[in-house]
Amino acid sequence: MGVIAGCKLMVKGGFREDAAGILLILVIGIGLALFGAARAIDAPFAVQMWTMLTGFLLGAAAILYDFGKGPKADASSRYENGVVKAGVIASMFWGIAGLLVGVIIALQLSFPNIFYFTDHGWLNFGRLRPLHTSAVIFAFGGNVLIATSFYVVQRTCRARLAGGLWPWFVFWGYQLFIVLAATGYLMGVTQSREYAEPPWYTDLWLTLVWVVYLLVFLGTIWKRQEKHIYVANWFYLAFIVTIAMLHIVNNLAVPVSFAGSFSYSAFAGVQDALTQWWYGHNAVGFFLTAGFLAIMYYFIPKQADRPVYSYRLSIIHFWALIFLYIWAGPHHLHYTALPQWAQTLGATFSIMLWMPSWGGMINGLMTLSGAWDKLRTDPVLRMLVVSVAFYGMSTFEGPVMSIRAVNSLSHYTDWTIGHVHSGALGWVGFVSFGALYCLAPWLWKKKQVHSLALVDWHFWLATIGIVLYITSMWVAGIMQGLMWRAYNDLGFLEYSFVESVEAMHPYYIIRAVGGALYLIGALIMAYNLWRTATSKEPAHVRAADTPAAAVAAE
Amino acid sequence: MTYEQATQFAQTWGLVLLVVLFAGVLVYALWPGNREKFKRAAHTPLDKEGDDGRED
Repeated sequence: MGVIAGCKLMVKGGFREDAAGILLILVIGIGLALFGAARAIDAPFAVQMWTMLTGFLLGAAAILYDFGKGPKADASSRYENGVVKAGVIASMFWGIAGLLVGVIIALQLSFPNIFYFTDHGWLNFGRLRPLHTSAVIFAFGGNVLIATSFYVVQRTCRARLAGGLWPWFVFWGYQLFIVLAATGYLMGVTQSREYAEPPWYTDLWLTLVWVVYLLVFLGTIWKRQEKHIYVANWFYLAFIVTIAMLHIVNNLAVPVSFAGSFSYSAFAGVQDALTQWWYGHNAVGFFLTAGFLAIMYYFIPKQADRPVYSYRLSIIHFWALIFLYIWAGPHHLHYTALPQWAQTLGATFSIMLWMPSWGGMINGLMTLSGAWDKLRTDPVLRMLVVSVAFYGMSTFEGPVMSIRAVNSLSHYTDWTIGHVHSGALGWVGFVSFGALYCLAPWLWKKKQVHSLALVDWHFWLATIGIVLYITSMWVAGIMQGLMWRAYNDLGFLEYSFVESVEAMHPYYIIRAVGGALYLIGALIMAYNLWRTATSKEPAHVRAADTPAAAVAAE
Repeated sequence: MTYEQATQFAQTWGLVLLVVLFAGVLVYALWPGNREKFKRAAHTPLDKEGDDGRED
């Protein structure tokens, strides 16, 4: 039925390959999801299939509606901005959701008597923790990366985004992936691989979306008007390609049934652990580092109005990072069944990584040379620059923690959590906020963001929040590590485990306060961006808003 | 391919290959002839003719 209606509309609206291709995927998806829902062997799987089905039906309806409007003049603007705008909104939404869940689980750890909901198993720490990590990394971070990459690749290649409707498929397909993963966690659907919890069918869907993302990005680079491919695009490309590789290899699994959510990993034992941490650490390296370095290399020069400090250094930075990062994963498996030479290899490469990391940090910071005064007047630029400072700090801390002797104290303690959050809140969060503050006025054609004073408030609340977070976790983590390894004169452990938990109570509260401040900052930001986008001030026209023909005539 | 063969390759030709590739990157980055090209590339985000989002 839908197919016939679709064909009729396509004839009426003029055949478009992109829309037809997406429609074909959606129709196949509808069939598979219906089959899965009908044959489901476990209840969560049925819910997931109905969710998928709803997503596919909405997508198909949107495409048919789009056809119903007939052929449209697409070249009204030089660049495709709609999908980037959608990405900004989605980033803000998922960012707040992810931070909120983070504050909730921080409170659960601080006050387990109050925030432990015995009647609602789906709100347990074990369910909410992957919800938090995936929401902030993949939902917030992923949307920021997709949106900024679509924005940057068009400007630096001087080419409109390739693929017609396909970028929209990437955007909505990614949102469906997020919804499937998140609702799955709450129902207990997980394959128990950290940062790769989604089950096999969600992984397959993400693989499809990701390959389309890669093709859209490559297609845009392919038709570029600029001979040289700007370094930010190299970082984006490395991020997209490597994440595809990591995602596919780490998620190789055999489903128990094609109508159930459970599957077995293709690897076993120590190979399984190494594959997981090869994935896990490179998710840090290529998702949370390479992708956000691309943001640094576009938005800092742009906002500071200064060229990249050293383009040569940026090339060496890029390749050194690519050559080294991929080997660092084994430092997650110190003192395990992994052969010791592999642990040493992982630690050695982690320490070597310090060089390209700081090379990149210096390149980002020195881009401000001649424009340092702007830090006083431009809170957006300040946010971007402080993010680079946090990048430098956490990429120094990381190599130190990868040394086996240090790791024997830090591993499994909250020091690790503090380290991750100095990178996540300080580096990834701030560089993303900075980019979003830049993008909102550029995309909605306003002179500048609604209120710079509110950006200032956001900046200081978030900075104080991070400082509270990481200092409390340093103290808690090191204390925890020391308590675990303390022996008395008779050779018995000095403390029981629960004593170390009790000792951390005040630090957990400080951490929750820090996280709450960070969340409040993000809420202020959402209000500020909303006011920017909806402000009544007349459109601020910039060069690229003019039609392609007019630009060509210049 | 056995484990021994894999490590044998990794410790000899694999190592040489990666070092040579990285040396190639250094030569490319520092080659004097590329200076002008990189200087222009460093200004890419600032090009005013693009949709540059700045008021000037």
